[in-house]
Amino acid sequence: MRWFWVDRFTEFVSGSHAVGIKNVALDEDAVDEYCAGFPMLPPTLIIEGMAQLGGILVAEHFKFEKRVVLAKVGKAKFHAPARVGDQLSYEARIDGVQDDGATIIGKSHCGQTLQAEIDLMFAFLDEGRFTDGPLFNPGDLASMLRLMNFFHVAVDADGNRLPVYKNL
Amino acid sequence: MALSEDEIFSKVQESLVDALGVDDDEVAPEATLVGDLGAESIDFLDIVFKLEKAFDISIPREELSPEDILTNSTYVQDGMVTGEGMQELKRRMPWANLSDFEQNPRVQDFGNLLTVGDLCRYVGTKIGD
Repeated sequence: MRWFWVDRFTEFVSGSHAVGIKNVALDEDAVDEYCAGFPMLPPTLIIEGMAQLGGILVAEHFKFEKRVVLAKVGKAKFHAPARVGDQLSYEARIDGVQDDGATIIGKSHCGQTLQAEIDLMFAFLDEGRFTDGPLFNPGDLASMLRLMNFFHVAVDADGNRLPVYKNL
Repeated sequence: MALSEDEIFSKVQESLVDALGVDDDEVAPEATLVGDLGAESIDFLDIVFKLEKAFDISIPREELSPEDILTNSTYVQDGMVTGEGMQELKRRMPWANLSDFEQNPRVQDFGNLLTVGDLCRYVGTKIGD
């Protein structure tokens, strides 16, 4: 099973925001098994999806040169369950950036309805902290981004397409 | 930005309640961030973000966390901050109340030094720039 909790990027503006969609399907084990008789995407996996979207937003801001990890869930409010057949639209906006971390403000919508509000903080691992070297094997992150249509939509603040960074 | 001490305290309090999940009345001026309010290392980054936003200021890492002093052999010997080190800390952190720490300046105790009041005074110096 792949640990991908965003299906596709639909918008990405470097240093500003990212939008991605997540389809909720009954054939996903987590959806089927989380709450017997009431299949839904577990809220924790909505947080994970937002962390993947927001983490890539933050990592790209630093040209994927920092080791970005989710450090803290500042806020997670769920207004409605994400049920089978729903398509969630996640939006992550950069809120604050420091040399050693960043925060994003996240919203999940189902259609026009606000489904969840999720604010996250990411930290940048110092070299030698927990593990040495990059967090991804060479090429893995680039493959993941391609699968998620990242390079089809990602632009810089001036609207120019983003390159496939060599260190990915 | 002209803010009274009460206004600064109120905003610092709100930031700490939000970052640490503590109650308003726990955030007293004399409360230590680590010992009394339970802040962990990662929370300091969160606190910095919230203070920067609340006061529209920039907080460089070394201003609240003088690691360079505490790991410098000129300023630390046998796990204790030297007299020279204390002078450097006072110069760097004039807003912090170091009087208790100075009595027994063990480096390992430094992490539990900062109080809510210290943070308020620090912010006061930043918005008074």
